[in-house]
Amino acid sequence: MMSISNNAPDALAKRSGTQKLFITDTLRYGLGLFLLLFVAVVFADVKVPELSRRVTDLTGTLTAAQINSIEQSLAAFEAKKGSQIAVLMLTTTQPETIEQFSIRVANAWKIGRKSIDDGVIFIIAKTDRKMRLEVGYGLEGAIPDAIAKRVIEETITPYFKNNDYAGGIDAGIKQLIKLIDGEALPTPTTGTDASSSFITISIFGLFVFSTFLSPIISTLLGSYRTIGVFVLSIGAGLAGVLWLSIPFGTAILIAVLIFFLLIFDRPSVGGSNYTDFGSGSRSDSGSSWGGGGGDFGGGGASGSW
Amino acid sequence: MFNKHAIILLVLFSLAGCGYNDLQYKDEITTSKWAEVLNQYQRRADLIPNLVNVVKGYAGHEKDVLLGVTETRAKVGSLQASPELVNDEAAFKKFIAAQGEMTSAISRLLVVAEQYPQLKADGMFRDLQAQLEGTENRITVARNRYIEAVQDYNVIVRSFPSNLTANVFGLKTKPNFTVENEKEIAQPPKVDFGAPAAPAPKQ
Repeated sequence: MMSISNNAPDALAKRSGTQKLFITDTLRYGLGLFLLLFVAVVFADVKVPELSRRVTDLTGTLTAAQINSIEQSLAAFEAKKGSQIAVLMLTTTQPETIEQFSIRVANAWKIGRKSIDDGVIFIIAKTDRKMRLEVGYGLEGAIPDAIAKRVIEETITPYFKNNDYAGGIDAGIKQLIKLIDGEALPTPTTGTDASSSFITISIFGLFVFSTFLSPIISTLLGSYRTIGVFVLSIGAGLAGVLWLSIPFGTAILIAVLIFFLLIFDRPSVGGSNYTDFGSGSRSDSGSSWGGGGGDFGGGGASGSW
Repeated sequence: MFNKHAIILLVLFSLAGCGYNDLQYKDEITTSKWAEVLNQYQRRADLIPNLVNVVKGYAGHEKDVLLGVTETRAKVGSLQASPELVNDEAAFKKFIAAQGEMTSAISRLLVVAEQYPQLKADGMFRDLQAQLEGTENRITVARNRYIEAVQDYNVIVRSFPSNLTANVFGLKTKPNFTVENEKEIAQPPKVDFGAPAAPAPKQ
């Protein structure tokens, strides 16, 4: 607002010379104010921090040695049992409650193995003096809410009251490891989980589509085959953009693919040109660490100290 | 022969293009999210008898509150909580209202329980309280996920060209959750320093 009133005389002076400048100024301030609306929204909630390691301390409370020792025990446990545990320490979750914040973190981080859902996230909001154990679907039997509450109240809280955060986290995690250890879970594997993407499916579909179409085109168009195929591939690309709402670049790629398929393809070729583009693999070696795709449903318990 | 196949394929593809598959997919997602909501409500209802029994042991004379909880539970149990509920707006609203009554009955019970130190120290009660808290949180999460799923689905039902497909196949928008105590929220809270704090008013 300040800058508007400062610049207003300038803009007025220039108006006689160039009306354009005044309009761009107005536009610019208008746009700035418009964008401010979104800034307010963006700052409303605490952002979910990036997940790169098992223990994330945004408050600077834990020493590097403490973080390392906790991480090592968590890594050893993951190697042995397969379950993932992550710790997040931050100053505050305001204006959200710790439950609201923690489910957002859980949805973003996806700690735990996919469809085994054996992840636990321990969130500590230091200035709020609140903590929460967010328990994945698969561990709700091993760590029921009542047990999670007891771990918080009986194991962790005494340490936190004495400002011994590392000790509390360590003791809590030892307890959790014991609980999860008693649960029969699938043994850890380092396999990859293939997830077929939408594009793979649609391209596969178009391959089949074109092998079906190519004999028809040959018989219908005869000597005008090339032109017919050209028109058809453009049509297919357009259809892809309009109907399947795929990106324009992908549509062009598919159109080109169809063109070559229809030109060179013979009916004898089956639809076995299936290539899997979308297989994602997770590697736990290396410094960066991530969630395995575990789901959370809001189980666990919260407490304060 | 090939012509016949081509026509079938063309029909399938045009159906995919007009949003039919999308509609079915999103419809199925809302159903599963709704099932999760029901599941969590059921879990809460299952906890009630134990809770009532424990509280009775220490605060048996708080009949009003205890009766309130058992009555709302009976009411919720009498309503048909089927997955098809989402397609019947009136029944949906009734069900949600009944669950809302149960929420406030439980919180009244917990407020009363605060006045009994022995009850509060009881291990069983504390476990039940933790489970109830967890279940309430699960309900919130499940409801939020349902809200998102319904939003996704309703947008497809209403936007062009999939709205035409939805119309042809009789798929309608689904009811969503609203704030349960709309009227209460609209009124500013009353702060009375004269009298001791009363338990939450009856709905």
